Amino acid sequence: MSDLNTSMVEKYRNNFLKEVEAHVEEGEWVKMCMQCGVCSGSCPLGPHWEHPPQELFMMIRAGKREEVLSSESMWMCTSCYNCIVRCPRELPITHIMHGLAHYATRLGIEPKGQPTRQFAQLFWDNLAKNGRVNELWLGVNLYFMNGLVEGIKVAMGMAGIGLGMLKAGRLSLKELVGGHTVKDKKGFKAMIKKAQELEAARVDK
Amino acid sequence: MAKEYSFYPGCSSQEGASSSNYLTSVQSMCDVLDIKLNVIPDWNCCSASIGYCGGGELPRLALSARNIALSEEHNAGQDIVATCAACWLATKETQERLEDDEGLMAETNEALAEAGLKLKNENKIRHMVEVLIEDIGYEEMGKHVKKPLDGIKIAGYVGCQTNRPFGIEGESFENPKYLDKFIETMGAEPVENYDKKVSCCGGALAFSEPDKSQALIKDIIEAAYDGGADMIVTPCPVCQMNVEVYQDKINAKYGTKFNIPVTYYSTLMSVAYGKNGKESGLNGQIIKATKLEEIAAK
Repeated sequence: MSDLNTSMVEKYRNNFLKEVEAHVEEGEWVKMCMQCGVCSGSCPLGPHWEHPPQELFMMIRAGKREEVLSSESMWMCTSCYNCIVRCPRELPITHIMHGLAHYATRLGIEPKGQPTRQFAQLFWDNLAKNGRVNELWLGVNLYFMNGLVEGIKVAMGMAGIGLGMLKAGRLSLKELVGGHTVKDKKGFKAMIKKAQELEAARVDK
Repeated sequence: MAKEYSFYPGCSSQEGASSSNYLTSVQSMCDVLDIKLNVIPDWNCCSASIGYCGGGELPRLALSARNIALSEEHNAGQDIVATCAACWLATKETQERLEDDEGLMAETNEALAEAGLKLKNENKIRHMVEVLIEDIGYEEMGKHVKKPLDGIKIAGYVGCQTNRPFGIEGESFENPKYLDKFIETMGAEPVENYDKKVSCCGGALAFSEPDKSQALIKDIIEAAYDGGADMIVTPCPVCQMNVEVYQDKINAKYGTKFNIPVTYYSTLMSVAYGKNGKESGLNGQIIKATKLEEIAAK
C-alpha cells in the first residue's frame, strides 16, 4: 500500500464520501445519486460490472473504500456516455467512473492486471512520449502486455487484421522508428510535467 | 468565398494511421464544398477517453488546452473543427470544464506557460458534421451531387461520441436523424429504424476487452443486415475501425458470415460528388465498398 493511500485513510477515517468529493474528478456529484439504476441499465457492458455505477455510488456513501477502489467495475466503462445523457439528476457518471479509476491508480490500489487498466496506461504513456499516438507501438505493447509467450499468441491471432491495415495504408511500419511527433516536444513535456505537479499538489493538500 | 476553419485532424488521421482514409475523403468533400481547413500548427493528442488512467484531470485538460491556445494564436477567430468524435469531445469538454472552473483555468494556464502559450478559451469547438448541417445545409450539400448513389441501402451508424454527451443541435440522443438525411441527400437509401444506430461498439475496450466488445459489434452489424443494408456508414474513426476490422473474428466465433463494408459519411459524399476512388479514400477499405467503387469508376 502506498504512503499516499495510508495518509488518505488516516485523514478521512470513515468518511469515504468526503474523500471522493475532495479528490475524485467530479466526485462532488456522488451524493446526488438517487439510486434509480438507469445508468446501470443503459451501460453496454452492464452485465460485466461486479458493482454497477449506482451501486458504487451507494458503496461510497456506505464507506466501502477498499471494495470500491480495488474494484474492476469502473474499468468496464467504454465512455459511451449513455449514462450521462439519461441520468435524471444529470450526474457526469462517465467522468466519475474515470475519476475513481484514476484515483485508485494514484493510490496504488487499483486491480493491477485488469486489461483496460493496463491498456489505458499504455495509451497515456504512448501519447505522452511524442505528443501524438503511435498506433503501431500501441498495438505491439498491447499484445505483449502479458508477457512474451502470451504476446506472440495474441499477435499471431491479430496478424490478419494487421496485414489488412498495412495493405489499406492504415498502419505504417515507419512508426516503428520515430514516427509522428509534435515539434515542440520540450514545451509539450514541460507543460505535462507542470500539470502533473499541480494536480499532485492538490491531492496532497 | 471559401469558409475557413481551424482544423484539428487528430492522431488517427495522420499518414499511415488507422483513419487516414477518413481525412482523404474529408479533403475531397471540403474541396467541393469550398471549405478551407487550416490545420492547427503542431497540434497534439487529446488523450481521447481512455487517457484517464495515466492522465488525471489537469494533464488531460492541458492537452486540449494546448491545441485551443495554438488555434487562437495561429488561426485567430476561426471555429475549431474536428473530424474525430473523440477529438471533438475531449476538446469541447475541456472548453466547458475550464469555463466553469476558474481555479482549473488558472492552473491550466500555468501549465501552458511552460510551453509559452496562453489560453483565452473563446473559440467554438465543432464537429465536421455540425459544419455540414449548420453552415452548409442539406440543400447545398445536395446541389453538388454529380453521381447519386442510386440503389445502395445504407445503415447510418452514429455511434456514441458524435452523439453523446453533446450531440448535434436539434437531434435527439436516442434517435438522431442527420446521418440518414446525409445518406438520402447523396441519393442512397437509409435503413429505416436501424435500432443499433447509437449503440456502443466498445470503443477503446475493443483492444482490452475484445470478447465483450465483439459481442456488441456483432449486434450492430446484424441489425444492419436485418435492415437490408449493403453497407454501414459512420462519422467516427473508432466506430469505423471496430465495426469493419473484426468481422472475420466475429464470423469465426459466432458462425456468422459478415462481410459488410463500413465507410465514413465523407466517403459517400466524395463519391457522390464525382471524386475517384482514391480521392474518396476507398483504397483504405479492408472490406471493399464495391458498390461505391463501381460508381466512382463510372
